[in-house]
Amino acid sequence: MKVKVLYFAGLREQVGTPSEDLDVPPTTVAGLRSQLMARGGAWQTALAQGKALRVAVNQEMAQPTTAVKPGDEVAFFPPVTGG
Amino acid sequence: MAVRIQAADFDAGAEIAALRRGNPKVGAVASFVGVCRDANDGAAVSRMTLEHYPGMTEKAIGAIVAQAKERWGVIDALVIHRVGELKPADQIVLVAVTGAHRGEVFAACEFIMDYLKTRAPFWKKEQTPQGSRWVEARVSDDEAAGRWAGKSKDAA
Repeated sequence: MKVKVLYFAGLREQVGTPSEDLDVPPTTVAGLRSQLMARGGAWQTALAQGKALRVAVNQEMAQPTTAVKPGDEVAFFPPVTGG
Repeated sequence: MAVRIQAADFDAGAEIAALRRGNPKVGAVASFVGVCRDANDGAAVSRMTLEHYPGMTEKAIGAIVAQAKERWGVIDALVIHRVGELKPADQIVLVAVTGAHRGEVFAACEFIMDYLKTRAPFWKKEQTPQGSRWVEARVSDDEAAGRWAGKSKDAA
């Protein structure tokens, strides 16, 4: 299935891309994170477990167990610092 | 209820005047303006870049404003948040709330700001003499947002 993955702020700089289109089997937020970490290098460091990281699915805050479905937009980013 | 994300500066006075114009039910207006400081965490800040998540940012703030409206029964609210390059003394954010009485507009304005700080996807990058750095989220901001959770309308 196709999903769009977005990266913001420091995380975007670490992985070196703002977005990508992926073709992956149906999964969860945690599953997708593991797949991306398996790329190694900066991906593994930037998405490491225990790191303060937020994930949104279709622009709503998500949990590790949140399902990722065909056509979803999944965004990874650091804790927010606006205002 | 309006949410605007923009690079341009804003005229807080004109925005507040427009928010309550023509509505004689408004008896109170509360507003907050956040401004870019020239120092943070012990370093001088010469410039700041604000990044956001187009689409989600507007939605997240819209949901916060809707929650404030429901909880305090305010009449109207406006949030303007700037993105892009900012320098010290520049305005960053405006929250303005109108209502019948001061209690509800003070509370709603502070609630919107506390929730915006912890839930709306914006990220600040500061330029300091040591180079550029992403601003770290503060525990005190989470605590400020957290204190609204158990509060009843009467206690607010």
